[in-house]
Amino acid sequence: MSDILDSFAFELTLRIVCVLLVFLTVPLVVGQMEHKAMAHMQSRLGPMYAGGFHGWAQLVADGIKFLQKEDVVPTNADKWVFKLAPAVSLLPYMFVLVVIPVGPDLVSQDLDIGLFYALAVSSIGVIGMLMAAWSSANKFSLLGGIRGAAQLIAYELPLVLCAASAVMLAGTLSLTGIITEWEWWWLPVQAVGLFIFFVASLAELNRPPFDMPIADSEIIFGHMTEYTGLRFALFLLAEYAGIVVQAGLITAVFLGGWRGPFWDAVQIGDVYPLAIGYTLAKVLAISFVVIWLRATYPRLREDQLQKFCWKGLIPLSLLQVLVTGFVVVVK
Amino acid sequence: MPGGTGLLKGLSVTLGTMMRRSVTKQYPDVKPELAPRTRGVIALFEENCTVCMLCSRECPDWCIYIDSHKETVAPKEPGARARTRNLLDRFAIDFSLCMYCGICIEVCPFDALFWSPEFEYSEYDVRELTHEMDRLREWMYTVPPPPALDPDGEDPAEVVAASKAEPILVEAPALLGGEIASAGAPAISPPSAPAAVAAAQEPASPGVSDTPAGPAGGGAKREHAEIAKEDVGIDQAVFDASLAAGDPERVARAKGKSAWMKVWKKENLLHDEAPPPAPPAEAPATEAPAVEAPPATAPAVDAPPPEAPAPEAPAGETPAAEHVDVGEPQIDQATYDEAIAAGLPDRVARAKAKSAWVKKARKGQA
Repeated sequence: MSDILDSFAFELTLRIVCVLLVFLTVPLVVGQMEHKAMAHMQSRLGPMYAGGFHGWAQLVADGIKFLQKEDVVPTNADKWVFKLAPAVSLLPYMFVLVVIPVGPDLVSQDLDIGLFYALAVSSIGVIGMLMAAWSSANKFSLLGGIRGAAQLIAYELPLVLCAASAVMLAGTLSLTGIITEWEWWWLPVQAVGLFIFFVASLAELNRPPFDMPIADSEIIFGHMTEYTGLRFALFLLAEYAGIVVQAGLITAVFLGGWRGPFWDAVQIGDVYPLAIGYTLAKVLAISFVVIWLRATYPRLREDQLQKFCWKGLIPLSLLQVLVTGFVVVVK
Repeated sequence: MPGGTGLLKGLSVTLGTMMRRSVTKQYPDVKPELAPRTRGVIALFEENCTVCMLCSRECPDWCIYIDSHKETVAPKEPGARARTRNLLDRFAIDFSLCMYCGICIEVCPFDALFWSPEFEYSEYDVRELTHEMDRLREWMYTVPPPPALDPDGEDPAEVVAASKAEPILVEAPALLGGEIASAGAPAISPPSAPAAVAAAQEPASPGVSDTPAGPAGGGAKREHAEIAKEDVGIDQAVFDASLAAGDPERVARAKGKSAWMKVWKKENLLHDEAPPPAPPAEAPATEAPAVEAPPATAPAVDAPPPEAPAPEAPAGETPAAEHVDVGEPQIDQATYDEAIAAGLPDRVARAKAKSAWVKKARKGQA
């Protein structure tokens, strides 16, 4: 028995299952939160029927509905690419989830270059988007895809610069390492970095107010125009998984991950329930702000979107790196 | 940094809204609170419909379908013309076309169409939305009663007309008196009424004698019978008797007033009929002391009546005596008397007399 428990195969399976579990549940929680929070922000009730209690099962019902729908592939589409695209945009987020720590030693796989890995892999998502846009043989999709690519190129820069600033303070690229090194005075020092990282994440995810690439009212969901059924559902899931992953990264890099007052007060074996609670609370709080911004702000125009990044965020993030460098030297 | 405050204000608005209770009503579970005159569905009061087709013609959507046929109604009297009337065969409203403007209801001159607040009549088949006559009639049972009138508003036309007609009812006895007067044969003595009233009449009479028109007498009499409310006195004797009988003060006052009013009316009518026949002439004489009695006991209360009729006296009965002679031209007195004797009202008698006179005049010309 113990042989099986200690075996590499079992451990690997357990890690994968845990990641899959988190990957399939937390985004749904965020999605449900978006349904309800945004509804109440608009003085509505949101889903109330599915599942009986305040429509808790609405997203499950939506998933079942998507499953039943016809899977349409346009005649002129590049079929192979078209079919692959949803997976390419969804899976990277699952891979990033592997390195995000939930508690001390509670991480699927701690990498020394964790943050570097996370940023690199999450950028693959945009390739899925470009694949979908190009293969759809639809001018709206293509417009959306190109806008998305331009946006990613622009916003990746401040994102990386701010991450670098945090890494400079921590002296490590490992996410677990950054959290261990984290101290409360990072918050004021990294405030600008936190803001820029958050805004850039929004842009990476094509979340409002940076949703020019999918702008449903003008280019009909951009790269998702031609998608139906399960493939469309995968794109939607990618969006919520993206929110969770980016919120997890922000939590780990800027907000001290599982750390908070008395995070190690309760201990069951090697697991700290309060630490897990802190991580989840922080992730959900950031997700809530993402939803809050969506309900509040109108969409930025394409030129405003680019100007905001190149003339606003990038100089600011360079300044942040400068300040952090000064702090590191003085410390 | 005005831009920044705007962004923060936007965030506070959405967050504030989220904290407040949402306004959504969960409709199928919670029925909506509709305004009482909600335009839900159009009801047909079939019995009132005359197939005038106005609703159908005015409908901007042309969604009212009416079929009818004509029916001949047998004449009531033999030899009269047979009448036709329309009978409704079909009345349908297609609610899939209707835009709920309510013009059909506005335009219906016979109050056959009404708004009902019922709105839950969706169907799976669009054809089912064409409600036929029976279904439209069913909706009638859901029509709420008409709203109450505004207490501060003007009275409806009917009420105004009725209240204007009231004085005529009051002076009905006056007319009767007039009829008797005109029927009366020889003019006897002037009324043996209170001196004050007689005196009041005196200055007016010359002016009256100038007015030739006979019918004016009728109108004048109407005015006669009216008296301002505050001028109404109380018959002290009746009042005292009532109080002695144990009636409450309010009732006693009312009784006294009505008794006073009776006397006053009789008196004034007698003045109008300057040449009354002998028997009525005696009545005022006997009544007179009764009238005089109250002023003796309560002069303050009684003061108005002698004054009240004074300005109205001019058109009194003294001229009536003359107008039989002078103002005669337009009324055939014999016909008039006959009509009165037959129990017809004064107005009708006068009209008959007039037409008789015109006939005679024509004959005479011929």
